[in-house]
Amino acid sequence: MELRVRALETILSEKGYVDPAALDAIVQAYETKIGPHNGAQVVAKAWSDPAFKQALLEDASKAVSTLGHFSRVGDHLVAVENTPQRHNMVVCTLCSCYPWEMLGLPPIWYKAAPYRSRAVKDPRGVLADFGVSVPKETEIRVWDSTAETRFLVLPMRPAGTEGWSEAQLAEIVTRDSMIGTGFPKTPGAPS
Amino acid sequence: MNGVHDMGGMDGYGKVEPEPNEPMFHTEWEGRVLAMVRAMGAAGAFNIDTSRFYRESLPPEVYITSSYYRKWFLGLQDNLIAKGYITAEEVAAAHAVTPPKPLKHGKFTVDQVERVMVRGKFGRTPPAAAKFKPGDRVRARNINPTTHTRLPRYVRGHVGVVELNLGCSVYPDTASMEAGENPQWLYTVVFDSAELWGPGADPTVKVSVDAFEPYLEPA
Repeated sequence: MELRVRALETILSEKGYVDPAALDAIVQAYETKIGPHNGAQVVAKAWSDPAFKQALLEDASKAVSTLGHFSRVGDHLVAVENTPQRHNMVVCTLCSCYPWEMLGLPPIWYKAAPYRSRAVKDPRGVLADFGVSVPKETEIRVWDSTAETRFLVLPMRPAGTEGWSEAQLAEIVTRDSMIGTGFPKTPGAPS
Repeated sequence: MNGVHDMGGMDGYGKVEPEPNEPMFHTEWEGRVLAMVRAMGAAGAFNIDTSRFYRESLPPEVYITSSYYRKWFLGLQDNLIAKGYITAEEVAAAHAVTPPKPLKHGKFTVDQVERVMVRGKFGRTPPAAAKFKPGDRVRARNINPTTHTRLPRYVRGHVGVVELNLGCSVYPDTASMEAGENPQWLYTVVFDSAELWGPGADPTVKVSVDAFEPYLEPA
């Protein structure tokens, strides 16, 4: 694959379609600028600031864009709140749609057949693969990202975090908790 | 198209296996493939729906057995050959041998990198009033186009409820064929699991898809 990829890049460069330095810059931007830390900050703020949380649930694109450095998120973000009554999970059965600007590039499992095939039919079984279980009376809502809307799960704030700063809270927000295949870290547990 | 990419509800793929401490790219070439796809898209060689269609159009055995970025690479190469930006001869030679085809937005250069890191805007002016509103019961049409569509097979023919109106948006079914943006209203439609999977389904599960108005009819 390495040779084939290099060959294509050579062709695109020789034909004047792309500057290889621009490709370097794209890779670098992905490696340094995006990642689940962005989503974690949004979740921590929603946990700390009821007005922001309300704005996030009403119009996540708008709420997140008010945070300045997240302006790249665009127009199509929807935040969905986990409650004791409802657990949300996000999938893209058709390809790999995922809120890159909030969570970075998706992990391999998100893009692979086992998750894409089963999340809509047996979400509790999928959660069990992650070692996660949701109470049997809780509704599980699976959001299949079949258009350009991107979904961010707002997990429940763990008990034992009263009085924590947004920075402390962001530390316990995991990527998987914002996809709905995990929970935030337990306060005080070894990481 | 009814391809293997449309995986919702299929059995036999096994357990989900998260990789601890997964790196962003497993090899350097994966990052180059991602960057080439983003750059050529931004330069105007294709839109996002067309690039998805080329990945879906890979032979099923290739799609199923290829890694994610291998699919991206193969789809990109097929797409660029089909659109006349490169030739199969050039791929074989690993060098340019024909003159370039002009790109809509010109050569992709470093000063445009910030642009690809900002998410695209897909909202468009509505051509007509929305036919459905939250709370309406709708049936996902039993359509089976052989070209790109975003209505997964597992909801076709089934009845759900409109939950959200997501606005009017570029229609992938025509955009993917370069037949125009053809803006359509987009809705989140929720289905009970028993409606999708029958009487044995987990009654606590609900599944939604985002469905364009032409995918839906009143129920």
